[in-house]
Amino acid sequence: MTDSKYFTTNKKGEIFELKAELNNEKKEKRKEAVKKVIAAMTVGKDVSSLFPDVVNCMQTDNLELKKLVYLYLMNYAKSQPDMAIMAVNSFVKDCEDPNPLIRALAVRTMGCIRVDKITEYLCEPLRKCLKDEDPYVRKTAAVCVAKLHDINAQMVEDQGFLDSLRDLIADSNPMVVANAVAALSEISESHPNSNLLDLNPQNINKLLTALNECTEWGQIFILDCLSNYNPKDEREAQSICERVTPRLSHANSAVVLSAVKVLMKFLELLPKDSDYYGTLLKKLSPPLVTLLSGEPEVQYVALRNINLIVQKRPEILKQEIKVFFVKYNDPIYVKLEKLDIMIRLASQANIAQVLAELKEYATEVDVDFVRKAVRAIGRCAIKVEQSAERCVSTLLDLIQTKVNYVVQEAIVVIRDIFRKYPNKYESIIATLCENLDSLDEPDARAAMIWIVGEYAERIDNADELLESFLEGFHDESTQVQLTLLTAIVKLFLKKPSETQELVQQVLSLATQDSDNPDLRDRGYIYWRLLSTDPVTAKEVVLSEKPLISEETDLIEPTLLDELICHIGSLASVYHKPPNAFVEGSHGIHQHSADQFAIMKQYFSVLQVWLPATKAKGLEIAGTFSRRQGHMYMDMTFINKALQHMTDFAIQFNKNSFGVIPTTPLPIHTPLMPNQSIDISLPLSTIGPVMKMDPLNNLQVAVKNIIDVFYFSCLIPLNIFFVEDGKMERQVFLVTWKDIPNENELQYQIKECHLNADTVSGKLQNNNIFTIAKRNVEGQDMLYQSLKLTNGIWILAELRIQPGNPNYTGKKKTNATAFSYKLMVHIF
Amino acid sequence: MIHSLFLVSTAGHIFLEKHWKSVISRSVCDYLFEAQGKASAPENVPPVIATPHHYLISVYRDRIFFVAVIQTEVPPLFVIEFLHRVAETFQDYFGECSEASIKDNVVIVYELLEEMLDNGFPLATEANILKEMIKPPTILRSVVNTITGGSSNVGGTLPTGQLSNIPWRRTGVKYTNNEAYFDVVEEIDAILDKSGTVVFAEIQGVIDACVKLSGMPDLTLSFVNPRLLDDVSFHPCVRFKRWEAERVLSFIPPDGNFRLMSYHVNAQNLVAIPVYVKQNVSFFETGSSGRLDITVGPKQTMGKTIEDVVITVHMPKVVLNANLTTNQGTSTYDPVTKVLVWDIGKLNQQKVPNLKGSLSLQSGAPRPDENPTLNIDLRIQQLAISGLKVNRLNMFGEKYKPFKGVKYVTKAGKFQVRT
Repeated sequence: MTDSKYFTTNKKGEIFELKAELNNEKKEKRKEAVKKVIAAMTVGKDVSSLFPDVVNCMQTDNLELKKLVYLYLMNYAKSQPDMAIMAVNSFVKDCEDPNPLIRALAVRTMGCIRVDKITEYLCEPLRKCLKDEDPYVRKTAAVCVAKLHDINAQMVEDQGFLDSLRDLIADSNPMVVANAVAALSEISESHPNSNLLDLNPQNINKLLTALNECTEWGQIFILDCLSNYNPKDEREAQSICERVTPRLSHANSAVVLSAVKVLMKFLELLPKDSDYYGTLLKKLSPPLVTLLSGEPEVQYVALRNINLIVQKRPEILKQEIKVFFVKYNDPIYVKLEKLDIMIRLASQANIAQVLAELKEYATEVDVDFVRKAVRAIGRCAIKVEQSAERCVSTLLDLIQTKVNYVVQEAIVVIRDIFRKYPNKYESIIATLCENLDSLDEPDARAAMIWIVGEYAERIDNADELLESFLEGFHDESTQVQLTLLTAIVKLFLKKPSETQELVQQVLSLATQDSDNPDLRDRGYIYWRLLSTDPVTAKEVVLSEKPLISEETDLIEPTLLDELICHIGSLASVYHKPPNAFVEGSHGIHQHSADQFAIMKQYFSVLQVWLPATKAKGLEIAGTFSRRQGHMYMDMTFINKALQHMTDFAIQFNKNSFGVIPTTPLPIHTPLMPNQSIDISLPLSTIGPVMKMDPLNNLQVAVKNIIDVFYFSCLIPLNIFFVEDGKMERQVFLVTWKDIPNENELQYQIKECHLNADTVSGKLQNNNIFTIAKRNVEGQDMLYQSLKLTNGIWILAELRIQPGNPNYTGKKKTNATAFSYKLMVHIF
Repeated sequence: MIHSLFLVSTAGHIFLEKHWKSVISRSVCDYLFEAQGKASAPENVPPVIATPHHYLISVYRDRIFFVAVIQTEVPPLFVIEFLHRVAETFQDYFGECSEASIKDNVVIVYELLEEMLDNGFPLATEANILKEMIKPPTILRSVVNTITGGSSNVGGTLPTGQLSNIPWRRTGVKYTNNEAYFDVVEEIDAILDKSGTVVFAEIQGVIDACVKLSGMPDLTLSFVNPRLLDDVSFHPCVRFKRWEAERVLSFIPPDGNFRLMSYHVNAQNLVAIPVYVKQNVSFFETGSSGRLDITVGPKQTMGKTIEDVVITVHMPKVVLNANLTTNQGTSTYDPVTKVLVWDIGKLNQQKVPNLKGSLSLQSGAPRPDENPTLNIDLRIQQLAISGLKVNRLNMFGEKYKPFKGVKYVTKAGKFQVRT
């Protein structure tokens, strides 16, 4: 007896029949009926109207029936919220059941019922289950917190469930720890405070212990969490690496890749000359190779990540190029990725093998792949100079095959080879010219024309060749037209006597008969250049061009570093920064990248205020910050003079906010030549006030033994926002109404891809508080307040449309004109 | 985490959907269909597809797309591994993973998915645990179900294994015959070029175990030559520290069938290629015809016989038919799929199998640009081609004496000869 019979009851009145069966007296009949209902549900039929009848079957001792009813509830409770409340009592009762399986099942199901009204009944049972004596129940409850957060984040916070989760990290059972970590990581994706998991050496130790004992999935969560930790020193980094390394031998490829992420990130912190560093590098290679023997989908993700790894640390896989050789039945997405990595690993040592492979690929069936293979040969030539000759002859062989798209692709890459090694391979031009007629793609035509123009003096019939292109000038793409124009001008400058007519023709075609602004402009430029001064024209047009660089498709280093921190994530598959694409993906990830930058000592936030040239060798760079309710001016003094400096002092001019230093400059020892000192100067706002322009301008005088120097800098306004800037709701309402419209300002914030919760989180970090949030016609409205050190309140309304990156903001303030400017500065 | 799962047939029919959070409309699968439309074959559909609000991560197994929908940043490999695990579980439960078998067991499928994932977090993915909670369908039980009107598929017991430190083994296992069998299976992945030179070769090995032992046995398996292995991945039951220190596998096994370890041996250690292949496939410039001549013979086999040799060639589209003769086995050419299969059987030293003849091409069509690649299948019993040998298997913790056995077999994995 199979379940397929449930699919075949397609007669009319099906629902009616089911209803009757659900209310049958016999238990077995009822169970059969519930099964039919579930089957109908799985294939997408709407059986929600049976809700009351199914719920009636819930009070049962039969575990299977209970499970089936639970399945149904999860699916339809949302559409029948009032009926769903009927089920609450059963849940609460089940949470007290002596059987932990039932308790866990109940707490699990409750969380899946995404009905707001029910959630409040959930809190008490959930709190009990989080402290249940049975770890199976605790671990299920941990996940339930994440579910609840998804439905009602505020309630989870208010009920203190987040703290309970944090407590579970210290649980004695590794499975509970893993689930708590997973739940917290998921919550932090949408939580304003991205640092929910407060990682410190104690709980890192807990996580590492749990890592060895929990399930494979738990290991992934824990490893991903570990990768967000910043070890305090090399020793700690090394000891974490040592405990993570065994995970490289796990059968689950996701565990392996997460372990690779942790190790790649912490490698940065280890001293390069240590033995351990070398050992670790060696250990990374075999597991990466093994990933490539997995299913094609696994290979694909692995290859995308390996692509990042070889850009960051080519040494790890430089011996392993053969594993990237393409098999003819690999899926195309695997083939293309392998090819990319092969080129990145190509070097003088292995170029012969690589070229032999690429030539092989150029005879494959798939056109996209063949094209990429041909292009790859060109990239090898440009990357490995010693191989250029061999690459060129391989390309020539391919051109001889006369396969149309191969020839076209080959000509495009040969142009680039010419640009890298000018005047070296022009002997092959004759062969290229033979294929002129078969070129029908703009890229290939343009490449050929460029070559003819560039080497016009060595090609006897250059004028004829170019003239042949000129015939259908208007049908060509812009790219070809532009190249043709330049090529003919080059030809004219090289062989002026025979080609005067040709150049006139092309100039008139470009300037008079074309609508394209670029083409016209370039045409006129050449025309004037040629008519004013042919000698200069020659110098300009035929001057030597810089060679093209080796690798053009490398990922920019800062992005690469960021992506290395996110190995194994979607970001790493797309090679895009993690905050750029998945909705709600920010928080912890963004955070870790920031930390990575700091770990690598990118203290680039300091601005140079006083350059050494203006201050007789004293350079001052600095920034402002607000920490624990106090303002600071953080500065670095560097002595670039030849003599030492002493007797430092600092003074501020009167300014808009009355900012003054509260202590003298804390530089007590002489500053020796080429030495620098970092200081942090506490500030207060009790000084004399004078309006400055711009408002946040600060003029500073610094004295030392040599002289007195002056500079000015801009104070970022957010350091004036005080911590107690959260207005009472009622007060806010009244004040908002009271402020006249003249004091109101509207503007748009463009291209800000954040949702309301994150925005409010980010703003809160800067002491801009959200008083209220409501949803009007699909738009999120945030009402916010902030208070400045001088007691001025600013109220704001922020309207966010999901999916629209532009925010509309409205600001009101109760102060004078002075405040208007403030608001402009805030964003 | 994983939001929803859709099972889609190659024909584009969505025959099962399951949502772990809010319901996502099945129209999200349109993006998969779009990608499928662009791809030349279902295997070529990229595994990660971005849509405006979701990401689709899919695996293609047994002519079914397993499509997971995710909304937040989730490691794609995590999802892919999970989806493969789902497919394996279906295979394990229903004997095959197909649209028909899934539909036949839809309630069990739903129950399984519910147990495997909670709110998108994997819950129980070990076959041992799942079988304790949800009993696989058996003929006997379905007969009983028909007669009595259905007994329960769902166990009423707590999956105790989930709480212990060895979640992979169920408790209270009892057998009358205690036995432990290990299969060392090696696959040769290799690419040979036209002249027969090895371009790339490596060995992918696995040790699959079938352990039916009562109680809580603690096993130790040692090798004669463990240093041979370049990289190893273990079942979670294997104690890694012991491997690191002594190169022995020490573990408390799961009950039943499981993969104990997988490993690979690199080209650096010189992989022995068991056969040689001489071939010549050529197409003439004129006359719409071509020639084919393939010879296969045994090479390094360490005295064992090579069996089940099959050579498969995917011909270019323009090849209409093949007129071939062979001195051993049978050859067939399917003009629709353009696949030539030469089933040779055993290779013996005396006679060298050869296949030759002419290929007829579509008249007027240009000479094909691509060269067909030969795909070779073979099997060698009682040999692990890497030379790996199990030394001994010891059992601790239980008093009885188990039957033990180790079997070796070498197969061709992705073994290709270019022409």
